[in-house]
Amino acid sequence: MADDNLRILPAAHLQRLLDTLCVRGYRTVAPTARDGAVVWETIRSVADLPIGWRDRQEPGCYRLEQTGAQEIFGIVHGPQSLKPFVFAPREPLLQIERSKDGFTARSTVPPSEKVAVIGTRACDLAGLVIQDRIFLKETYQDSYYAARREGLFVVAVNCTRALATCFCSSMDTGPRAHNSFDLALTEVDDQLLVEAGSIAGQEVLSDLFLPPAPESLVAEAAKRIDACARSQVRRLERSRLPSALYDAHAHPRWDTVAGRCLACTNCTMVCPTCFCHAVEETPDLSQQQTTHVRLWDSCFTQEHGYIHGKNIRPTIKDRYRMWLTHKLASWIDQFGISGCVGCGRCITWCPVGIDLTEELPALLTPSEQQSVINRQQEASGG
Amino acid sequence: MVNPYLIHPATIVEKIRESDDINTYRLQLVDEQVRARFRFAAGQFNMVYLFGVGEVAISIVSDPDEPAFLDHTIRIVGRVTKGIAELKSGDVLGIRGPFGQGWPLDEARGRPVVIVTGGLGCAPVVGAIESIFRRRTHYGPVKILHGVKTPHDLLYRERFDAWRHVPDTEVLLTSDQPDKAWHHHVGVVTELFEQVSIDPATSIVLMCGPEIMMRLGVPILMRRGIPATAIYVSLERHMECGIGLCGHCQMGPYFLCKDGPVMRYDRVAQWLGRVGV
Repeated sequence: MADDNLRILPAAHLQRLLDTLCVRGYRTVAPTARDGAVVWETIRSVADLPIGWRDRQEPGCYRLEQTGAQEIFGIVHGPQSLKPFVFAPREPLLQIERSKDGFTARSTVPPSEKVAVIGTRACDLAGLVIQDRIFLKETYQDSYYAARREGLFVVAVNCTRALATCFCSSMDTGPRAHNSFDLALTEVDDQLLVEAGSIAGQEVLSDLFLPPAPESLVAEAAKRIDACARSQVRRLERSRLPSALYDAHAHPRWDTVAGRCLACTNCTMVCPTCFCHAVEETPDLSQQQTTHVRLWDSCFTQEHGYIHGKNIRPTIKDRYRMWLTHKLASWIDQFGISGCVGCGRCITWCPVGIDLTEELPALLTPSEQQSVINRQQEASGG
Repeated sequence: MVNPYLIHPATIVEKIRESDDINTYRLQLVDEQVRARFRFAAGQFNMVYLFGVGEVAISIVSDPDEPAFLDHTIRIVGRVTKGIAELKSGDVLGIRGPFGQGWPLDEARGRPVVIVTGGLGCAPVVGAIESIFRRRTHYGPVKILHGVKTPHDLLYRERFDAWRHVPDTEVLLTSDQPDKAWHHHVGVVTELFEQVSIDPATSIVLMCGPEIMMRLGVPILMRRGIPATAIYVSLERHMECGIGLCGHCQMGPYFLCKDGPVMRYDRVAQWLGRVGV
């Protein structure tokens, strides 16, 4: 029996989806090629999509290449995840004015805007679920995040091609979009399999009057997604986390990786889950008005670990260890889930190509020095 | 949805000079409704805001039973605190809070309480001491052990003097760089442990000060038989949001702004003293 939520749309008719979303009041955002990379832009026409392009990603390397094929979603992802749509890189929190009471502070929670993001990958959807947890489901709800999240409509695209840097299958986050999408597309040659994952998605789907997807298409899509999962060359072994990474605190590998790390913050800026931010005060020249702004911060900056008179993490080694330990270990204790979704961006966008799937196993392998200590302890019955 | 980022104006009703670079500011929230709702526990902190400059996390040192006035003892250490030091009575600061976990005063009921502090580290625990003494009979013997570098660093002198006269209370002071007028112990605060009797089975320890004091002091107390689960420490890290979102105050798996600043020692033992944590 055909699943009512699964429909077929000829790839050449994708414009109908854009039009339907526009009619329903959404600003449609999709990947577009700019300056040799892919960035999110507002588009009205399918012609704006980077049709016939693919991305090649390797440690420290991102290249767009033309394939000559009519593939619509050939590019897996650019440096931006969904994060900027919900957790803005720079956002005013309060507008504060001097008044008779000293000052008056006004919240600047943005109005909820309907935005449909077309072309989200499963890893980024998993990143969105993690950010939802952090900003909406902990002790305090973040009104700014909530307002942006409310209007978000996600059109996911299931991956049928893995990059050299992808390892979502070992993180159980992809390559198939699991949930939290409104619509999910799978591109199978000149056809798109369309699946609704929410009530809003079902509504859009019903506007499109699409025929049910033939079982052959559903099967072919599943086959290609599975093949994509199997083709991934990187993986992250998580079974000993978080404790094994906590135990590796004194491992000499941290020195080796810190010798390569530039503390440039790229990995944290492209990460779909990193949530650290700073709060900044930007008064106007008259000192009568000031804006209380939050902006993305990174644990790789010198200021991040600063406390009066002292820096908790003065060295790059301290900061890389902080980042990786948080991402892969303490995140699990904090939120019950890994902070890594396996998108591989931190590998690609690292200027020196540091690869966490290489660092983690090295850190979890007892160093020679540690082995000697362990043997001595065993010998002394300690 | 309540916006935890919203800052409320608060008037400085009194500015008390504690030393050359430390002042205590008694604040009163301007908005009567906000003031009426404001309740805090000893050991919690506020984000204190200076218009046009920014916010700093400062513990509330006053008595939680008098939430209409909020005392904050602030040392000049950076841009915001330097600006705050230039203010006078009648000027306005901002407040959001209270945030974090305070001292376990319910758990301490009926038990002997040992309070170990160093330097300005006594500030976060002052409210707890006042709260205990307000209900003196609900608690066992209280021992306050306080260490300062120089006598000049001894804040709240009148309070320490007054606490000496509270029944069943001992106050021991020490300075490691004393002057001639100093008539208390000379040395570091951990040396005071030897001067008091502590019942390890029933006592609860509240500790606040430099991390080095905790790292050296806690093992001594544990060797005397006090379990790690009966020792509470108040910890300090950089904080920008106060609500567990900005990421700066992490210590291992904890966000000290919401899981702390007061933490039971056994939960943080593994992290205290680790380089870069």
